[in-house]
Amino acid sequence: MNSSSMKTKRAIGNVLGYIVLILISIIWLFPFVGLVLQSFRSYATEYGGMVGYLVPKQFSLDNYKFLFSGETNFLKWYGNTITIAIFVAIFQTIMVLCVSYVLSRMRFTGRTFLMRFWLILGMFPGFLTMICLYFLLKSLGLTQAGAVPGLILVSVASSGMGYYVCKGYFDTIPKALDEAARIDGASRARIFFTMIIPMSKPIIIYTALVAFMAPWCDYVFASYIAFGHDESYNVAVAMQRWVNTNDYQGYFTRFCAGGVLIAIPVTLLFMFLQKYYVEGVTGGAVKG
Amino acid sequence: MSTNADKKKKNAVSNFFAVVGNNIKEIGTTFAQGDFKTKLSFIILGFGQILRGQLLKGISFLALEVLFFVYLFKFGWSYFSKITTLGTVETTKANRVTVYGDNSFLILLFGILTIFAIIAFIVIWRLNISENRREEELLRAGKKLPSNKEVFASLFDKNFDKTLLAVPVTGVFIFTVLPIVFMICVAFTNYDKQHQAPTNLFTWVGLENFQNLFSFGGSGLAPTFLSVLAWTLMWSFFATFIDYFVGLGVAILINKKGIKFKKLWRTILVMTIAVPQFVSLLYVSKMFANDGLINGYLMQWGLIDKAIPFWTNPALARITIIVVNIWIGIPYMMLIATGLLMNIPEDLYESAKIDGATGWQMFRNITLPYMLFVTGPFLLTQFTGNLNNFNVIYLLTGGAPQSMQLAENAGRTDLLVTWLYKMTVNDTNYKMAAVIGIMVFVVTAVISLVVYNMLPSVKDEEGFQ
Repeated sequence: MNSSSMKTKRAIGNVLGYIVLILISIIWLFPFVGLVLQSFRSYATEYGGMVGYLVPKQFSLDNYKFLFSGETNFLKWYGNTITIAIFVAIFQTIMVLCVSYVLSRMRFTGRTFLMRFWLILGMFPGFLTMICLYFLLKSLGLTQAGAVPGLILVSVASSGMGYYVCKGYFDTIPKALDEAARIDGASRARIFFTMIIPMSKPIIIYTALVAFMAPWCDYVFASYIAFGHDESYNVAVAMQRWVNTNDYQGYFTRFCAGGVLIAIPVTLLFMFLQKYYVEGVTGGAVKG
Repeated sequence: MSTNADKKKKNAVSNFFAVVGNNIKEIGTTFAQGDFKTKLSFIILGFGQILRGQLLKGISFLALEVLFFVYLFKFGWSYFSKITTLGTVETTKANRVTVYGDNSFLILLFGILTIFAIIAFIVIWRLNISENRREEELLRAGKKLPSNKEVFASLFDKNFDKTLLAVPVTGVFIFTVLPIVFMICVAFTNYDKQHQAPTNLFTWVGLENFQNLFSFGGSGLAPTFLSVLAWTLMWSFFATFIDYFVGLGVAILINKKGIKFKKLWRTILVMTIAVPQFVSLLYVSKMFANDGLINGYLMQWGLIDKAIPFWTNPALARITIIVVNIWIGIPYMMLIATGLLMNIPEDLYESAKIDGATGWQMFRNITLPYMLFVTGPFLLTQFTGNLNNFNVIYLLTGGAPQSMQLAENAGRTDLLVTWLYKMTVNDTNYKMAAVIGIMVFVVTAVISLVVYNMLPSVKDEEGFQ
């Protein structure tokens, strides 16, 4: 009697749980479904701006054709963003690994000072330095036409400051391993390259993944240093312009199509490497 | 408490002077006791090392010295000498030809760089002296100096830290430290629209900008600043804690025994992290627009007659932003909570169940204290991160709706950082942007310090072990 009432209670709880989860799923997926559906609305027959209904009356590939037609620099923007993302991912990971290894394994004068100093630096808002960075890049010829390498440089240069998660991971690799190797006569560099790095696959993937995702959203600085030079925009800058300033009434569905094309590879990559992301995020949160 | 802090401070100050004193003493004795090689090294860096066969070290020191003086005389000095006035020669136009005068921007930037270069040179000079002293002592004791090859090899072993840190530290210096010091200085100048380099000079004005920020009368920015600051703190608070608790709830729900397809639910939620924010947020911002989908459907169904002003009514815009942010923030929290919930020992729950605890009691007495304890630092970084959460605000509303009651184009949903951004990009009001930037730093630093010392996991590290 008692156990059966428990069972019904649990069953009701589960049903309620499923209802909540399904509702959440609908809310969470609704914007994405909307984005995909509206990207198929025909520009020619059904108006490209915003309308009050979700499902287009007639599916067409107009917007995608427009993106690939060369009427705008969409492919160029896309290429720019991929270039930036790949380079930033590679170099940022290298920087973070170097800094994390040193701070985790080596003790030298100024170590605590460096860590405190960087922590304090991190409390300044990033945009504060925008005009100064713009000038620095301009004097190197890395604005407007050269905005792509300029963006890579700026993103990579200070990335050593984001060592926390990676150092936390290195700290969990037992130091006894290092010491054993050193007794066998291995140099620090050898330990780093042949021991620590091969053992750090999850954290390397996490660092690279986070670094790769960031440039896709980089609007602020990208728009500032590419200012007025259409060819060196990245997708975020270009799409923002389509939606807000470029008469979004007609460009809305094109934005949707562009958004879908941008989201697909990034989302797939993320889903594929999700395991590593979760590991990194959880580890980072606990260690602060 | 305060006397303790005072003591500490006094200690730090006296320590500093003790260190300086010791340094000077050592420099003196090195010079007095040193041979001619060491003595000459005081002027020609690396001289002693080169003569003692330490070519690698000696040449590096010498090269740095040459580099420093070339920089100083060819380039740095001309800017550094004008740093007190930031330039006096106006740019003039004579017969349609612009004759450029001083460029205050460059004077300030390269002046600061020169100060750093001078400090760096003093450090190198000091290093050179102690290096000389060490070598001399080694030789006197009859030991051999390391060969050049060994010195080079040490860069990959004993001194591997210097090799690895060289690039990151230089990068941070040029692209973060230098610009930040520059902007801090700008806060004390009148660099704005009317004083744009290179056509116009700008100069030091002392604390005028800060007075402007805190004055209420006339064109004072205090009312706007306080309003924006209040919203920034409010936003951070709600964004952090609502996301935290709802995310925790969702994680518990998915983790619950008897719920199937756990992976599917998680994957659906994680979509918002995976899809680039500017795509999803721009779309959502249009979804809630007056002519957007939501208003469209509500009107079609006859639920409302007029569009709900999600983005144009100040209060509603703020609520909408916080709600949309839940959509962004929960998956993140859900991921973290899922990992942590599994760490809570199962037998805690078992024994609670035997004692007849209800689900809510178990949550209140086991789950929540554990989660708060473990994620304290995370909550703090989330909070300070939200203070500076540019993307969500800028992509959703751009700070709108504007208000006549607010100065300097601030909108009702502007955070300090988005306001700073607008000042820099739209109004080129660099001096006030710099002041706001410093204020953001102060707010972040104060909150971090105060909260960090209150965290249970910091006070009592063993608490839950």
